[in-house]
Order: sequence, then C-alpha cells, then structure tokens
Amino acid sequence: MSKPTEIMRLEGLRKSYNIGMPNEVEVLHGIDLTLAADDFAALVGPSGSGKSTLLNIMGLLDQPTAGELYVQGRPTRNMSDQQRTELRGETLGFVFQFHHLIQAFSAIDNVLMPLMLQHGKPKPAARERARELLAAVGLEKYMQRKPNELSGGQQQRVAIARALATNPALLLADEPTGNLDTKSAEDVFALFRKIQAERHCAVLIVTHDPRLSASCDKTINLVDGSIVDAPISDSH
Amino acid sequence: MRIFEKLWTEWLLAIGFLREGKTQTLMITIGVAVGVAVIVFVSALIQGLQANVIDRTLGTQAHIRLLQPDEENLLAPVADNTVQFVFEDKRAQRLRSINNWQQIVTALDQRAELTAVSPMVSGPALVLRGDAIESVALVGVTLERYQNIVPLQDYLVSGRLSIGADDVLIGAQLAEELGVLVGSKIRLDTGQQFSRVVNIAGIFELGVRELDARYIYLDLRQAQSMLGLVGGVTVIDLRVLDIFTAETIAQRIGRLTGLKSESWIATNAQLMNALSAQSVSTNMIIVFVGISVAFGIASVLSVSVVQRTREIGILRATGAKQGQILRVFLLQGALFGLLGSVVGVLTSYALVAMFNSFGPGLFYIPVPPSLIAAAVALATITGVFAAAIPARRAAQLDPVVAIRYV
Repeated sequence: MSKPTEIMRLEGLRKSYNIGMPNEVEVLHGIDLTLAADDFAALVGPSGSGKSTLLNIMGLLDQPTAGELYVQGRPTRNMSDQQRTELRGETLGFVFQFHHLIQAFSAIDNVLMPLMLQHGKPKPAARERARELLAAVGLEKYMQRKPNELSGGQQQRVAIARALATNPALLLADEPTGNLDTKSAEDVFALFRKIQAERHCAVLIVTHDPRLSASCDKTINLVDGSIVDAPISDSH
Repeated sequence: MRIFEKLWTEWLLAIGFLREGKTQTLMITIGVAVGVAVIVFVSALIQGLQANVIDRTLGTQAHIRLLQPDEENLLAPVADNTVQFVFEDKRAQRLRSINNWQQIVTALDQRAELTAVSPMVSGPALVLRGDAIESVALVGVTLERYQNIVPLQDYLVSGRLSIGADDVLIGAQLAEELGVLVGSKIRLDTGQQFSRVVNIAGIFELGVRELDARYIYLDLRQAQSMLGLVGGVTVIDLRVLDIFTAETIAQRIGRLTGLKSESWIATNAQLMNALSAQSVSTNMIIVFVGISVAFGIASVLSVSVVQRTREIGILRATGAKQGQILRVFLLQGALFGLLGSVVGVLTSYALVAMFNSFGPGLFYIPVPPSLIAAAVALATITGVFAAAIPARRAAQLDPVVAIRYV
C-alpha cells in the first residue's frame, strides 16, 4: 500500500494569549503533528490542555503566534482573512458540540449553506448533493424541517451533512457527541466511521470520552499544551 | 437581475433572519412606516398648501409689473472741493405714460420667457350714484391681452365679459356698496373736469377684498381719455413661465427697458418669507424624523447582531467571508427601510385621502409620484446607512469567540 497523502502538517506551532501584557500566557508550546488523508484520529486531553485552541488553529479560525500550519502543503501563516476563509470553505468541514445550525433555515438549506456561501444560488446538482448527504445521514424524511423540529441527534447529523457539503479533505469535530445520549452518540460515531471509509475524508475528533477515543485509529494526547506519548509526534 | 443573482445567499440569509425575528421586524417596520407616513403627509400637505397660496395670490395679479420710473429732482453738480447741503422735497408723482410703450410691448412679445404682455392704464377716480361716493381705481385694458394675465372670465359672477362703448366691469364688493346690479348706470369722475356715465356690463369677484371693493375695468382707450393720458399707458403687466424665476427676469427686463420692474416675489416679500420659513420647518421635521428612523433601525440591528453572534460564528466557520456578513446586515437595514416606507406610503395615502374628503376642505392635497419614489428611495438608503455600524461589528466578530457565544 502506498503512503497516503498528507493533508495537514503543524510545525513548532505556538499560541500565546495577552501578548505583551503582564498576564501573557502560552497555551500551546510547539506542536508538531501530521494528518494523512485517511486518518481517523482522536484529540484527547483534560480541560485547559489547549484542545480547543489547537482545533481552532487547525480549522483556520484562529492564527498561531509562532510556527507554521500547512494545509495540503500550502503554508497558511501569511494568508489574509479572505484567503483563509476560502481555504477553509474548500478543504475543511466543521462539526460542533452544540450542532450549531442556522435556526431560520430548513435542514436542506443548512446543508446547502456552505455551497451557497461559496457559489451563490445553488444549482440543481448542488440540491441533489444535499439531498444525497441528508439521505446518507439517515434524514431523507426530514429535509424540510427546521432545526427546532428535530431531535439533538438529528440536528447533529444535519450538521455533519453540512460539514460534508463542500466535499472536504478533513472533518474537524469538537466534542460532537458531548451533548447527546449514549445511543445517539454511538450512531453519530458510527456515521463518522462510515464517512471516513466511504468518502475518503480524514476525521479528527476532539473528545473527553475514553471509549470514543479508544475506537479511533490513532489518539493524540494533549497535556498542558504539549503532545505527549503519542505515536505521531512528541515535542518533549 | 444581476444583483439578486450575485447576492443570492446574502438575500436568503437577510430575509431568513428577518422572518425569524418576526416581532422585531414588525416593530421596526411600524416605526419606519410611521416616520415615512409623517414625512410624506407633511410634505404633501405643505406642497399643496403652498401651491394653493401661490395660486390664489397670483390668480389676481401679474408676475411682473413694469412702471415708469419715479420723477426725481435734478440737482446742480457740486463744484470741486466744496460741500453742498441740500434740503429736498421729493416730487409728487403724477400720472405719466411709459415712453414708447408700443415698441416695448412689441419687443417683450418676442421674449420666450414671457407668456403674456398686457399694457394698461390705471388711475384714481370717484364713482357717484345718487348721494353715494366711492373712490375707485380705473383699470383700462385690452381684454384679449389682459385675459392672459388675470382670467377675468373665471371670476365673473354676473353679467357678461364686455368693456368698451361705455361698458365696464366692477367688483362685487363695490357693487354691493353702491347697490347696483348688472345694467345699472354709474357716474365716474376723474377730477380732470371729465365725468362720464357708464353702464355696468358685469360684476366680478376676485376673492381679494381690496380689489373687489376698488377695481373698475374699462376699455383702454376710454380710460386713457378719462385719465388725461391719451395714447399712453402707465403699467405693463407680464406673466412668466416659471413663477420662481420672476425676480431674475424682472431685473433683466428692468435693465433692458429702463423701467421700474417689480416682480410678485418682491411685492409679496412677506408671503415669500412665510413660504420659505414653512419650507425650512418642513425640512427640519423631515430631517429629524429621518434621524430618529435611522437610529431605530441601527438599534434594532445592533441587538440583532448580539442575538445572532453564534450564528455569525457558524456562518464564518462554514465559509462566509467578512464581506458577506457585512452585506447580510446592510441588506437587512435596506429591507427595514423598504418595507417600512412602503407601509408608510400607503398609510400617508390613506391620511391624504381622508384629509381631502373629510378635512376642512380649504384646499386639495395632491400626492405626486415623485414624492413617493423619493420617500421610498430615501428610507431604503437611510436603512443601509443606519445598518453600517452594526453590520461592521458583525463582520468583524472573531469567529472563535462568536461560535462559543451562548
């Protein structure tokens, strides 16, 4: 089997808050990490270890203080907000803990949102794709429902379908099951598995749940802003 | 519609947000509507009122009057290095004819900015009937020319429109005071050892008491001979196309003819003052109502940005650019302005219709389409400007912070 392509690489990534002030604090102390195109990884660590900060930087929502982040080989440090937004739209998909749908729109319009933000009025092919994605997450019957007419698990599956709309290379999920009951959580986790297998999309899940991380192919342990005892990389 | 095509997603989001926040949308729409209704109604009312006042004022007078310049005392020139003290009595102004008035009238007839030129002779006289004596103003005109200045036909209340061959027209007030009817005879005396009995052919009512109590229209020739100004005229009345240019045209014609030239604007300075004061106060109302509408929209959108912080964060994470977020909120401002102004215009239509049918009935208010178009356009633009600050704040939200906002 050939070596899978790299989709994201972090080199000596550091992040500090309150720079230049007495309460300056470094949250990430030089992270080195590589994600390949078919990875199914868990990012685990206690509260305050810097998981969210790392995820935001990997999601191009936040910028590192030092170090470099390569997305599909492209350095991102000197990109403008506009360029990072475009790159984010093209290559990354987000799933959040509180599913975060736009309440004013139906399930299918929420799934279409990333495509509409990039290309304007959706073409029939885009609608077809959104329909197919909702079917893939088992919601073909609920496409016209508003988020408040769906259960928590259903909303999270809409959010996953939305994250997949742009056919991303990497799916970033922040505690995607943290807000769900055990049954729904298992369904959602199984869905991530299916997506990774069928759509060749790398998945990185931030989680507290040890059972969830145990089911992933690889675990990244973050402790006090450094990666420890992980098979990929160790900065200390 | 390219703009709809290009801004499709922004439109969808803006409309979605407005529909979701129904109560807010309804309240601000009513707020804008009330403001626009006030602006449109007040503007229409004032425009109607002013048009009516000007119409009534100018219905009975010329736009410009040309008169012979006053006679002045001629003073001997002052010798060099001397000072001269002069005690001067101003001269009494006798009735004099305008020199070369025929040529002046012919020349003025050619000018495009004038729609009517009417020479007349006007002077004082006494009218006698039995023991009653009234002082009056004789106005000698050529009817076909004077009709273009003041449409006497429209003001005739009885009799027929005829002057000449001892036929005269008198004001309704005067007729009442003298107790005369159409067909009665009166004696006119001009104090020039000239007195004449004339026949009342018609009675007019101009609606201005002063004129109705004093004016007697008669044939130009007859008036000339009665006032001792055979072949002369004392005034040339003019009418212009655009009444608000009367003053400039009056000055130009004054310079051209060397005559004293008075526009209605100069002779009705108080009226003009009142009208422009009214316009200023109307504009003040419009500006202040506009400002309060703008602040209303801005505050509703500011609240909306806070309420939608998390959704803005989600949109940013799903690929929305700062410009797109900015446009979503600018469009919401524009839609508030548009919706509110449409409702407001309809409301003001109802108000005007009510005023016209149930009001005091003093005058009719028209609502010109240009006023409506201007009100809608202005409200929409105001909405966009009012949205600028909240929209900027929305666009500049840090997605990392916004997404965790609860």
